[in-house]
Amino acid sequence: MISFGAILLVSGILFAMGVVGVLLRRSALVILMSIEVMLNAANLAFVGASRSVGSIDGQMFAFFVMAVAAAEAAVGLAIIIALFRQRHTTDVDQVSFLKW
Amino acid sequence: MTDLLLGPGPIGAVVKALVVLGVVMGIVGPMVWAERRIAGWIQNRQGPNRVGPFGLLQPLADGIKFIFKEPMAPEGAHVPLYVLAPALSFTAALSTFAVIPFADRFAAFGHEIWPIVADLDIGILWVFAVASLGVYAIVLAGWSSNNKYAMLGGLRSSAQMISYELSLTVSVVGVLMVAGSLRLTDIVTSQANGLWNVITQPLGFLVFITSAFAETNRLPFDLPEAEPELVAGYHTEYSSMKFLMFYMAEYANVVLSACMITLLFFGGWHLPFTANLLAGAAPIVAGLVGIGIFLAKVFFFLFVYIWVRWTLPRFRYDQLMSLGWKGMLPLAVANLVWTAGLILWKLA
Amino acid sequence: MTPRELFFWADAVVAVLTAGMVLLHRNAVVCALSLVMHLCTVAVFFVLLDATFLGVVQVIVYAGAIMVLFLFVIMLLDPKGEGVTGRMGNIQLFVTLGAALLLVAGILRILPALAVTNAGGGAAVPEGFGAIRGIGEALFSTYLLPFELASVLLLVAMIGALFMGKKEIVE
Repeated sequence: MISFGAILLVSGILFAMGVVGVLLRRSALVILMSIEVMLNAANLAFVGASRSVGSIDGQMFAFFVMAVAAAEAAVGLAIIIALFRQRHTTDVDQVSFLKW
Repeated sequence: MTDLLLGPGPIGAVVKALVVLGVVMGIVGPMVWAERRIAGWIQNRQGPNRVGPFGLLQPLADGIKFIFKEPMAPEGAHVPLYVLAPALSFTAALSTFAVIPFADRFAAFGHEIWPIVADLDIGILWVFAVASLGVYAIVLAGWSSNNKYAMLGGLRSSAQMISYELSLTVSVVGVLMVAGSLRLTDIVTSQANGLWNVITQPLGFLVFITSAFAETNRLPFDLPEAEPELVAGYHTEYSSMKFLMFYMAEYANVVLSACMITLLFFGGWHLPFTANLLAGAAPIVAGLVGIGIFLAKVFFFLFVYIWVRWTLPRFRYDQLMSLGWKGMLPLAVANLVWTAGLILWKLA
Repeated sequence: MTPRELFFWADAVVAVLTAGMVLLHRNAVVCALSLVMHLCTVAVFFVLLDATFLGVVQVIVYAGAIMVLFLFVIMLLDPKGEGVTGRMGNIQLFVTLGAALLLVAGILRILPALAVTNAGGGAAVPEGFGAIRGIGEALFSTYLLPFELASVLLLVAMIGALFMGKKEIVE
């Protein structure tokens, strides 16, 4: 049987990798993808908890996280497209207009 | 020995998988021949009739021709993805057959045989999941070929496929509501106990068959791969075996769609009068008759696919997308409401 | 080790490797495909944890629809890849890796406590746990309000994305 600790360990490692991806990459698209990795790590923890406690609530939450991730991906990509039209780049280091 | 080969367990599953693969490829091969002969018949000419009696060895000749063609990649292509795309397409097309039941379970050689490789409790969702993964093959083929026409064809084709996936899935929900389960065997059993779903949900059937045509990129929805439009769409730059894999994957998808139509709307392996006729026969006969009925219905729908291809003109891309989003999807939702009404008033 | 545990660890290795590909590779298309593979490994995790419906929905929705959208945008924008190297300060690199290692160390620290309280990974779950019937019943009874709000959220996101993606109408 898969222990909950093992699931949390894998989930934590994946989440940490997602964070590293968000902080170190410069392409806005890859940053969005690293956010998806983080969301999936959280979903994994939810489903693991649901299994170990025996309640369906964890799976329901993961379901809603999936719905929200879909909405967020759509809007995020629309923002990137609009940004690309203006500045012709997806490099986040080059769109720092609001920096003082 | 027979227990290992035919019973449950990994080896039994592998044996069944090989048998199903053999059956599918055995349908895809002659379908190439049938397409060209029926095309000829509809167009009032002979089809291929040189390469064997009635041209039956034509698919073999085509296969040999493809093997001897030069395999090459265009300059500037992204080679790993260029090679991955046809493999992914073919794998996805064949993996969907894991949940298709060919008949009800029957007893033979001392075992109970289930003519299905994996009777998942999420049965039909497996087909949709693997079909959604098959879309990547097309988009990758278009992008990795380093060719404008291929890129445009790949984008258009995959946009078309994901748009029609919606109406495909929603039209199936009506069937699932009546059957009360996602398992394909349960769906067929519910039709055997009641009416075929094509009678209780004709609108759902129409939406499903139209969306299935669009999903498999067959005429009248084959603009992304039509010759006068985009050279050959996403498989412009493919030759020899890689093209053959795309070609066979497309036919395997057509066979899958025909199987799904049969299972979801036309009662699968069930005919209204066979239950009485076969009540006294040996179980193995009942099983084989069931498989025969299922395959006969699948062949009929393959004929319908070929017939429609050579009869209807093709849609323009904007007409196609508009039909999918503004036509098929509202109709599928209307079918849902209709089915809910039927269930509420206990008519289904 | 039971076959299930072996499968779990093999899947975990693939998940970590594909996530690594996502954040290290230069070419955005290869990153997107690695993410698709990663999402499929997470779906396998879900199936191993008796969440079969959620696993297949993960493939249909996440890997099959959201990532196709990502691929479309990447292919249409055609950004030049630059990978993790490039103008990145050492401080940024060390702080990020340090924070990530702290996170993993924190989890490792609480692991022994978890192993004791959830020995064996929990009790046997009821028949049909994670099947569509249970999820449907929960979704339309206990979780009805979040369900309706999620549909409104998706509608708002769709309108927002359409509006932001529109070209400017030049007078």
